[in-house]
Order: sequence, then C-alpha cells, then structure tokens
Amino acid sequence: MGCVMAVPVYDGEFSEKEASRLLWRAGFGPKPGEAKKLADKGLSKAVTSLLEPPKAKLVGPEPQDEDGNFEPYDLYGHDVMWWLDKMVRSNQPLVERMALNWHDWFATGDVGSLKLSIGQAKMFRKRAFEGFDKLIEHVTTDPAMLIWLSGIDNNRWNPNENYGRELMELFMLGVSDESGYPYSEDDVREQARALTGWRANWEEDVGYENFRFDPGYHDKGTKTIFGQSGKFDWQDSCRLCLEHEAHAPHLVGKLWSYFIPTPPDPSTRADLESMYRANYEIKPLLKAILKHPVFYEGPSMVKPPIVYIAGMLRARKFGIREDSWSWISDMAGQRPFRPPNVSGWDEERWLDTSSYRGRWYAVSYITRKDQIEDVDEYLANETPVEAVDKALGYWGDPVIDTATRDGLEEFCEAVEAAIEDNWQKKTYRGLRQNALRVMVAMSPEMQTS
Amino acid sequence: MPCNHCNEFSRAHLLRGAAAEAGRGLPQIEPGMPIPAGTGLSRRSFMLRAGLGMMSVYGASRLGFADLQSGIARAQGASDPIIVSVFMDGGMDSLSVLAPVTDSVYNSLRGDLRLIEGQGPEFAEDDSLMWHPRATALDTLHRAGKLSVLPAVGYTDPDQSHFTSRHYWEVGELDANERTGWLGRLIDVIGAPDNPIQGLSLDGWLLPSLASTTNPVAAIDGSSYDLWAPGVWEPVDEIMFEHVQAMGQVGGSSGDAGRAVAGRTADQSIELRSTLENFGEVTVPPVYPDDDHWFCQNMSALSAMIDADLPIRCVSVSAPGSYDTHDNQAGTFGDDIGITFDTLAAFQADLEARGLADRVITLVYSEFGRRPEQNATGTDHGAAGAAFVMGTKVQGEMVGEWPGLGTLDEDDNVVHTSDFRALYCSILEQWFDVDAAQIIPGASSFARPQIIAP
Repeated sequence: MGCVMAVPVYDGEFSEKEASRLLWRAGFGPKPGEAKKLADKGLSKAVTSLLEPPKAKLVGPEPQDEDGNFEPYDLYGHDVMWWLDKMVRSNQPLVERMALNWHDWFATGDVGSLKLSIGQAKMFRKRAFEGFDKLIEHVTTDPAMLIWLSGIDNNRWNPNENYGRELMELFMLGVSDESGYPYSEDDVREQARALTGWRANWEEDVGYENFRFDPGYHDKGTKTIFGQSGKFDWQDSCRLCLEHEAHAPHLVGKLWSYFIPTPPDPSTRADLESMYRANYEIKPLLKAILKHPVFYEGPSMVKPPIVYIAGMLRARKFGIREDSWSWISDMAGQRPFRPPNVSGWDEERWLDTSSYRGRWYAVSYITRKDQIEDVDEYLANETPVEAVDKALGYWGDPVIDTATRDGLEEFCEAVEAAIEDNWQKKTYRGLRQNALRVMVAMSPEMQTS
Repeated sequence: MPCNHCNEFSRAHLLRGAAAEAGRGLPQIEPGMPIPAGTGLSRRSFMLRAGLGMMSVYGASRLGFADLQSGIARAQGASDPIIVSVFMDGGMDSLSVLAPVTDSVYNSLRGDLRLIEGQGPEFAEDDSLMWHPRATALDTLHRAGKLSVLPAVGYTDPDQSHFTSRHYWEVGELDANERTGWLGRLIDVIGAPDNPIQGLSLDGWLLPSLASTTNPVAAIDGSSYDLWAPGVWEPVDEIMFEHVQAMGQVGGSSGDAGRAVAGRTADQSIELRSTLENFGEVTVPPVYPDDDHWFCQNMSALSAMIDADLPIRCVSVSAPGSYDTHDNQAGTFGDDIGITFDTLAAFQADLEARGLADRVITLVYSEFGRRPEQNATGTDHGAAGAAFVMGTKVQGEMVGEWPGLGTLDEDDNVVHTSDFRALYCSILEQWFDVDAAQIIPGASSFARPQIIAP
C-alpha cells in the first residue's frame, strides 16, 4: 500500500472474555471451549482465523422437524430451519454472520418462492467477503431482489423506480443529517431507466424462472445521473453509486454499526473510508474493525435475536430438531427471510417486552429437551456455588461477571430458605437447577456481548 | 472516548439519516439519566385492571406503577374528545380509492390499473370521481355526513422517500430533525403527567406521531403474556421470577448501555407477566368484518377501552395492508383497502352503538399518493394523496377540490389542494379547542378548513 493506515489496534488483554465478544459479534457465539481456544491464539491470529476460515464444513446433526422432515423449499418454516442450521453448524462463523448482515443490508422479504429466497442467502454466503463493487452487481441481478424491488417489472416502456431509489437511499448512498439527499428525484428516474432490461418468465406451478437481461427490454437512450451523461445500463448504475462521494462514508458507517455500537472517531472513519475507496474491498475493513480498541473496550451490544438463538443452540451443541424456530424467531423479533421492510431490522428494537418473551421461549425450547425429570432424586446437599457452576457448565461455561454470579447465587439461597420439609431438600434443588439453566441464559449479561 | 449513553449511532439512525423517525430520540426527562436504546425514554410496563392488555409506558420515569394507575383512575370518567390516527403504510394509491374515471388523462396514464366508470359508487360531491368498489364503506359514511374527504392532501416540495415523507406527517412539519410527534406535543399541552394511556399506540411500540416531551404515552401489544420454565414449578417458579426481575434491576442500573437495556427489559417483562397472568381474551362484536383479523381485534378492543371510560385522548395505529404497490397492484390493493375501510366503518358503528361516537374522530392518511402514470403492473411514489376524517361530528365535506390531472407537478405527480399541517391545525382548534400555534410551527400561515361541524 502506498499510504500508511493509522487505524488503531487493540493492544490490551485478549482473554476468554474478549475472545467471547469477538465470537458473538463476528459469529454466533462460542461452542464449549471455543472462546478459550481462540484466546490462546492472540488477537491477530484470532481475527485472521475468522477472515481466512478453514474449508466449509457443517459439524453436528442434520436438521429435521419433529416428523423427521427437512424440505426448506417446500415446507412452512423450513426456510428458517435451513438458515438457523447453517448458523449453528458452520465452521466459518464470520462468513455466516456476514451473510446475515448482508440479508439485513439488502433486506428482501417474501417473494413467493423459498427457493429464490434461499438462493439469495446462498449468494450472500458465497460472497460474504466479496468486494462491494462485485457484491452490488450480484445483488442487483439476484432473482429474489429482482422480484422484491420490481426489477423484472422495470422495462424501457414502463420504468419502475423501486430498486433505483432504494439502491441509493438504503443500499449505497444514504441520507445525511447535515446535507440531506445526495441525489435528486431526477436521478431516481434516470437510475430506473438505466436499470431496465431484466425480465423473467412466469410459469404456472413453478413461479418466476429464467431471469435474464434482455437488451430488447433495456432503454438504450442517454441518461443523466449525478450530472454525468451516457447510455448507462445497470452496471453503470452500480458504478456511478460506487464513485459517488456519499458512498464510502455510508458504507463504512453502516458496516461498522454491525460490530460496534458507538460511532467511529473521525480519524478512524477517514482512514477506513480511504482504505475502502482504494478498491472497494470489505475484508480489510472487517479486519480493522475487529481489531479496533473500541471493539473490546467499548460498551456491550444487545445480541441480535437470531444470533442469540443460534448461539444458545451452539453452546448446547444442539442441532435443529423442530420447525418451531420459525415462530420463535419471529416472536423474538428476527425471523430470517422476513425483515420488517426494505430498510432491514431495527436494532433499536432488539429487546422489548415482546421480544424478551420470544428469547425466553427460545431458551425454554432448548432446556426442555434435557430438563432434570427426577427432581425428587436430585442432590440433597448441592450448595449455591455448586448449583451455579453446574448451570454454567450446562451452557458451556460462559464467562460471567460477579453481578451475574451474585444474582444467581442469591436465587439459590432463596430457594434453600424456602425448604421446610426433608423431602423438599432434593426436589427444590432439582427444580432450582432447571430454573438456573433458564436464568443463566436470560441474564442481562448473556443478552449482550 | 466512546459515549456509553449515546444512542445516536445505530443502523436505524444511519439508514434514515435526516429522515429519522420522530420517536427515536425522545428527550430524556431527568438530567443524567442514561438513554435506553429502545426509545430514548425510560419505559415501564404495567397493566390496567380495567381491561387493557400488556402495555409499555414511555416517559414516566419519575412515577411508579401505583402513581400511574392512580393517575389513570383519577382521570376516569372523562368525556374529552379523542382522535384515532390510522396510518396506511407505503404510500396509498389515492387515484384508486377516488378514481377520476371521466378524466381522459387518467384513462391514458393508467392502463390496466384503471378503474372504469360504474364499477363503484360515484363520489357524492364531485361526479368526476368514483369510489373503488372495495371502498363503498367510505361512500356510505360520506353520504351520511360522517366522512370529510381530502382528495389531494400534501405539502410544497413533496418528498418521495417513504421514510422522510412519513416523518413529516408524524412530526407535523417539514423538518427532518424534529423529534416529537404532533400528537405527542398535543399530549404535552392537554395531557397529565401521570396518565400514560392519554397517548396510546396499538402497534406494540411507540409510534412516532405520539412521541411527547413531558407527559407519558403508552403502547399496547396483545392481551396475554406468559412465561414458563421447563421442569420448574411452585414454589421455585415464583422465586425464579422474583430473582430474574431482581437481576434485571441490577443490570438496568449498569453504566453499560447494552447491559442496561437488557436489564430494564427483564425487569419490565417480569412485571408484565405478574400483572397479566390471569388476563382473558377480548371478544370482537359481530359488526366487524372478521373477528380473527388483528385489525378488527385491535379496533374493537379500543372501542371497549373507550367505553370503559379510560382516559384516552390520542390513539395511533397502523392499518393492515402493504401500500407500496410498485408491482402487482391489482393483486393486493382491493383486499387491503377492503379490510381497512370495512373495519373502520365497523369501528364507527361500534362507537355509535355504545353511545361514544360524538367523542371520537378517526384520521386516515398515508405518507404520499402514487404517480398518476402507472408503470408495468404498479405505480411509483407520488406526491399528493388522499386523507379522511371520520366521525359523527365531522363536517363531512370535501376539503380542497380535486385538482384533476391536467396540471401535474414537476415530477408528474398530483398537486395538492390542501396541506396536512392545515388539517392538523383545524383538528387541534375545532376538535380539541387548543391554539394550534402551540403545536404546529408556522400555524398562522395556514387557512383552517372546516373539518369539524361548527
């Protein structure tokens, strides 16, 4: 590189605690022992291991519903099983996490075909670290996106502004507090014309198929976009946005927000922007963000609902064994393939009384699988400390602080104080252990990373 | 140093940029209080034994549940006027609700989406317009003098972004940085510091038009709330809930913003669970078109709440349907407006049957109308659109004439013949008897259309 990048790098302790934050924010949380292993590598190698993962492999049992079926293209809710399974079993956590981030960024909802929705998710996984210049071309021509934002309805006779507007407003340029819109309504119209030409065929019993660019459907005339004129096509649309001065700030700020809950300082921001402008690469940005001091020293983030669910399944080394995850993830506020609108999920609403209940249900659906049934045969002398240790062990020994531990031990003591008869010594301790499993998972500390 | 209490940085904020929604950044009401990630205000949840579902309260951090409940109780028996604001999300195609079927420009700009004369009832005040066949409920209300109609409402220099235009309507001015809603500011003027249900969102979260500064408002979301832990029963379950709540309270006071949100949410959720344990379901009266539909359930529950003398003043709710009809408009539009308008007419009939109709008006609006020239199978974002005000006390007449399609604006969209801020000023003064200048910036520059019968 010709210029020296001065983005600061975290040089504090990289223990299991920091490694755990890295795995939750850049993946779906640690499996038992994973945080310790990652911490042993040190920060630099840990980040490299996420950015240069081993060959993709799914580890653990295959997904299936209660009846032994798994038909992601055809059965209701199995699309969610399909993606959640990847989050849980992937050995490439950052690839999988970026696929989810891109799904939020290019939020595509129900297009009437699970096959096309899943096809888009596969594209996001395959291109998780792709340069944005290439990624945006794949997004623009992705079949699910062509349906979702009316690309196949956009032709030279009837230009449709849906994609062109959101391409600028949401995907690439944004709207600024200070300077307002970096584009005009004329730009929206001219973008729509440039983007014409994509079509598909509607086949009864199949849906849309044969997505293609048809030069006969494309408006070959001259368009003027951002003050430049030419016989622009869809690739020019993407390129002109890439070259727009508002693009790099928008991309850097948005990408950063997936990993760190406070804005980058001006110098970091400027460095990241110039780094990005060099070649539109995503990987160097990810590397700089994941090694930034604020990532480790700054405040915690609420885990996105589907990340939390996948992470708790990983902590138990559980596979996907029911289709309930579709309604549970919905209740928790983040059902994959169903973002609330084209601007994606609103992370300011990750936790409220409604979604808290969804998270609680998710935990209950995990712990009910192996709850202690014979509570009247449980250990009569288990101490509060032992009980908490055991419940932490159930979840793979996550790192917790004294506030959380104190809260759990106080509960244990309160249960012991309620014991009046001899038979209750075993039974209440058994019930207590079942309760502790839920309480560890639902603790404020475990909701954040 | 990163600011731990700062909520100005989030994707939601970045995405919307200047077009941010009003409810995002309510001012804090106690100096030094950390701003929670959800709303910018501390939020408590509780339930009214009078018959409400689960509720989150915004903006009452100084008051405990008991204070709020007694505040509501004190305010009971009120006979004050109420507004229900219904938002049709996505930009409703007004040209398909009131179609200018005799206009040759309409017939040339609209291809297969065009409505044909005779398909629906003629608009009683202008025979060049025809109601959509699924909007006959509005025709009936209008002929009965219970519906004021704004066929082309908007504002100068119309914005065609969903997020920005909706924001303008919510805050009641053309200011991207305003953070309080027009109904929230009204609550600050006419409301009480201890009555959160004076401003009520039926969507489960705070709708931006209700965002207030000093007086509390609330959101409700369904009517049941249960939590259970596998293999845990009495008495350990109650001890568990008590300690989950205690851990939430500890977390809620954390200096770490993320942990504080998680703690507060746990605290509120357990509170909610204990108050809602034995709460039953609401029955939808037969006048509503579909008792299984959430919109019918919500509107009938609202009618029951008003009937129970709850001190409600401003209500905000989203209509069913998706009105951003860039493609396949014919496939969804009729059903969406059908359930919306039929339910609203049922709500009106319900209020009348309960003897409450003289206290309630219902405003129906969308962030913009759509482009007169259709694209292949849908319509793009437009400018002026339609709004309606329903109630027994409304003037029941057209406000601002239909401008026709002969003259369009510079973006080829419908020009406005009434301004939404003038509509708000009239509602504030004629319905709430409040000086609009306190609430709508630049109120003096708007002529007041007669919305409420004198």
